[in-house]
Amino acid sequence: MLNPNPGLIIWTIITFVLLLIILKKFAWKPLLESLHKREETVRSSIERAENAKQESERLLEENRKQLERAEQDGRRILNENRALAEKLKEEIIEKANQQSRKMIEMAKQEIERDKDAALISLRGEVANLAIVAAGKILDETLDENKQRKLVDSYLKGLPKN
Amino acid sequence: MNFNTPDTVTIQQTLQDTVHAAVQHGDHAEEGGNLFTGLLHHVYDSNELELPFLGKIELPHFAPIHIGSMTFDMSITKHVVFLWLAALLLIVLAVVAARKNKKNRVPKGFGNFVEVFILFIRDEVAIPNMGPGGIKYLPYLLTTFFFILIMNLSGLVPYGATATGNISVTGGLAIIAFIMIQVSAIRAQGVGSYLKHLTGGVHWMLWPIMIPIEVLGLFTKPFALMVRLFANMIGGHIVIVSLIGLIFIFQSWIIAPVPIIFVLGINMLELFVAFLQAYIFTMLTSLFMGLGMQAAHDESEHH
Repeated sequence: MLNPNPGLIIWTIITFVLLLIILKKFAWKPLLESLHKREETVRSSIERAENAKQESERLLEENRKQLERAEQDGRRILNENRALAEKLKEEIIEKANQQSRKMIEMAKQEIERDKDAALISLRGEVANLAIVAAGKILDETLDENKQRKLVDSYLKGLPKN
Repeated sequence: MNFNTPDTVTIQQTLQDTVHAAVQHGDHAEEGGNLFTGLLHHVYDSNELELPFLGKIELPHFAPIHIGSMTFDMSITKHVVFLWLAALLLIVLAVVAARKNKKNRVPKGFGNFVEVFILFIRDEVAIPNMGPGGIKYLPYLLTTFFFILIMNLSGLVPYGATATGNISVTGGLAIIAFIMIQVSAIRAQGVGSYLKHLTGGVHWMLWPIMIPIEVLGLFTKPFALMVRLFANMIGGHIVIVSLIGLIFIFQSWIIAPVPIIFVLGINMLELFVAFLQAYIFTMLTSLFMGLGMQAAHDESEHH
């Protein structure tokens, strides 16, 4: 049992060496290669996934910022417009007020003018009527000029309005 | 029944004598004797090959070759046959695994199973012991591991034989390990540094003492590998034979269930030991290779 058999030792060595050569060429090399390739694939996949994640996180952050900016812009524009509208409104009201005041003023003046004219024509009419009436009543034809003077002096004696 | 204090060689003789003596009294002397010697022969090398249903086949004898004082008997024995069977099986399985793994992007089934071992040997054995430089010795380590594993397991199969239970086979493997340890050390640190390492770095006056010790140290490592694998593989078989032998010693079928349960347990243990010893042989080989290779690194770091 403990006596080594040199023949068997030689056979073992021959078998092992041949086995090593055959396996190295046909089994271990392809096996280790496919193992290595897959490890590379896994590593690069993880790397790519990591990169993609970072990229997407960056984009998300960017989007968020943009959204925030857009919101701020919107708010700002709204505020600005509101102020502008307020101003415009006041301006328009102011202008309308002015205009209306002016129109009222003009109307007043017109009325004044018309009133004056009406008063003047009324006076003439009244004078004529008075003259005609007086002539008829007195039945005496006075000098028209004298009569006019008479009426005028009478009218002057009347209060202004 | 007298059990002498048995040393390794006489265990078998004692057992055989005891059983023969015991069996001689029984009615089934012939049957029991055949069974027992058959069981024990399972462990030994022989020139016959037992096959199921076909009986025994006489293996070819070759005339011994004499080289100098050495005699080489190159006959094809049972263990040579199992050596070759293991090698063939390993080639077929490994090539199938390689094909499968090349085809599948994600390994599955058998390819994955083989890859688990490959990864283990690469990441847990080769790289921790030898560093990244050990990758180039990976084919050697893988071949050693799988070859020893298949040879170990083949002894657990009916009609099988454990070639690693023969000291010549483990000796052959140890010689290869020895060569690989020296080659890897020389390749890593160069011949000069390798020889310098043999002096142990002591004063030259001590060299006559130091060099023989260091040279002896080179041989003890593979010697330990050889004996460890051999003893572990044959030990389990001898325990099984002894337990089965109990049935014949007690000459009773009633006692049979006890040894059978024990044998079952030992068989499980042997299954584990088959993997363990293949791993240990590979592990220690790579460790010894790594020691030689790292000696170079240490020295280059110091200078």
